[in-house]
Amino acid sequence: MSVTVASPQTASAAAAKPPSSPAVLAFRRFRGRPAAVAGLIVVVLFILVAALAPWIAPDDPIKTSWTLIRKAPSWAHWMGTDENGRDVASRVIYGARASLLAGLLSVTIAAGIGVPVGLIAGFAGGPVDAVISRIVDAMLAVPFLILAIALAAFLGPSLENAMIAIGVTAAPIFMRIARAATMDAATNEYVEAARALGNPPWRVALRHVLPNIVPPLMVQATLAIAAAIIAEASLSFLGLGQQPPSPSWGSMLNAAQRFLTQAPWLAIFPGAAIFLAVLSFNLVGDGLRDALDPRRK
Amino acid sequence: MKGSLGTRLLQVLPTLLLVSMMVFGLQQLMPGDPALVLAGEEHDPQVVAQIRAELWLDRPIPVQYLHWIGNVLHGNLGYSWRIRQPVVELIAQKLPVTLQLSLMAFIIALCIGIPMGVLSAVKKNSIWDYLANGVGLAGLSTPNFWLGIMLILLISVDLGWLPPSGYVSPWEDWRQSLATTIMPAFVLGNAIAAVLMRHTRSAMLTALDQDFVRTARAKGLPSHVVILRHALRNALVPVVTLGALELGTLLSGAVLTEQVFSIPGFGKLIVDAVFNRDYPVVQGVVLVTAGIYVGLNLLADILYVLINPRMRTA
Repeated sequence: MSVTVASPQTASAAAAKPPSSPAVLAFRRFRGRPAAVAGLIVVVLFILVAALAPWIAPDDPIKTSWTLIRKAPSWAHWMGTDENGRDVASRVIYGARASLLAGLLSVTIAAGIGVPVGLIAGFAGGPVDAVISRIVDAMLAVPFLILAIALAAFLGPSLENAMIAIGVTAAPIFMRIARAATMDAATNEYVEAARALGNPPWRVALRHVLPNIVPPLMVQATLAIAAAIIAEASLSFLGLGQQPPSPSWGSMLNAAQRFLTQAPWLAIFPGAAIFLAVLSFNLVGDGLRDALDPRRK
Repeated sequence: MKGSLGTRLLQVLPTLLLVSMMVFGLQQLMPGDPALVLAGEEHDPQVVAQIRAELWLDRPIPVQYLHWIGNVLHGNLGYSWRIRQPVVELIAQKLPVTLQLSLMAFIIALCIGIPMGVLSAVKKNSIWDYLANGVGLAGLSTPNFWLGIMLILLISVDLGWLPPSGYVSPWEDWRQSLATTIMPAFVLGNAIAAVLMRHTRSAMLTALDQDFVRTARAKGLPSHVVILRHALRNALVPVVTLGALELGTLLSGAVLTEQVFSIPGFGKLIVDAVFNRDYPVVQGVVLVTAGIYVGLNLLADILYVLINPRMRTA
């Protein structure tokens, strides 16, 4: 457990102001964890790189050159060039777009499906809950990647379909967490009070239960982005995600495999980018979990 | 407790039924008419109609499903569109390869994950704890296909110690089999080792805090006896059950690992089927995987009862 030591300024400020809100306390706990803060910094850097790719990238990521095929890293091309003479550094930088977009959008899809359904199941209980839970069990019975591959295969290979496949496949986890948190929150007195005051069920669910299940969902969302980035890279590696010539870290690794002996740099940099991005989202997720739930060790 | 296992068994049935509907439903997502795909380039209307009748594609969807599930229950998962072989046969050929790989991966994961978890719990907040946690988090964050590529680069290309790809069955030559599978098994086991490490750590921390451990220490037992005999034995209960669940994850991971190391297993079967648009094979693989996974879940529940004496007598 982390103990945040209040500096003199914050201590005096706290004395003057009313007690800090849970969000402020959580933020302080998060700030007290160097690994989580480092993760957050790297996440922000990745987002900046993806957003500013056209200005940062030294070269056009899809411009081929027959004179520059598989050149080792140098000052001109600091991550080398690939089998079509394209600049690897530029492709890694543009590849951040596909990965982060897939991470964010597929988790948005997953939460967009999972949270409302989980809220309904947890709030309604009874047969509604039983039916929804069985469907979720069935979806969770198929290992994540295999279901995503099957969905991407039947929908057709493209980055959009990969995101849909990952989002749909990840939805049951959000549903389970939302359901459990809803059932937990629904037993609280303020929810009973809201009900007793005659609020309609949807209002109780949205205004009184939903805000209280946000912390566990935030933690799950962060960790799910990490998982979605790996999943997108996996699907692209298999050829079911981003289609050539658009750069994506997974498809770059796929191409790199054929030139492993001649051009190892083709495999090193995109993989390192995936690792770093996933690691930093995982660090932020772990930090958030500790910050939002101080009881956990 | 027997009663609750019975309930658990009954719960499995609707789950499997829904899985089968889902797998069948995948076909409806497919753009275009499967009969047209099968008929090839010419689109001869007569051939298309014939294929449609053969595959029951001209019937209403619920009838198609009943026909399909009836076949599945008789052990018929249909025929591969590409090589006209029964899907069941294909799966039976490839599954043992993946099972060998998964088993080896699981053993490797246990050998890495549990000692690391114990170490980090016993030496909580020491450099060992941070190191073990760091390694665990790195393991969870490494895409396993990249780890595979990097190992091939280091161990096969640079050092030349192990073959970079291929597969030899253990019945043919167990040495060669070990040489071709040890690297992929390590790659596959790596992520699970990290999960097992985290579970072991938290279970050990709980166990070390309990009265019986304190009593054992107070009796003056040497600390390795307390840690291994008293604390670990109790901590392993949840770890074993969670470990059984992770076996299902191995099947997912095998898809990528087999692709990287060109191992002709279950994972390669589904990837090849996807690219050949061999949909019955894709459906078969998903269905069998789900069956295995549901079975493992059930096994985990049974194991939990068996190794936890309190649950047995209740």
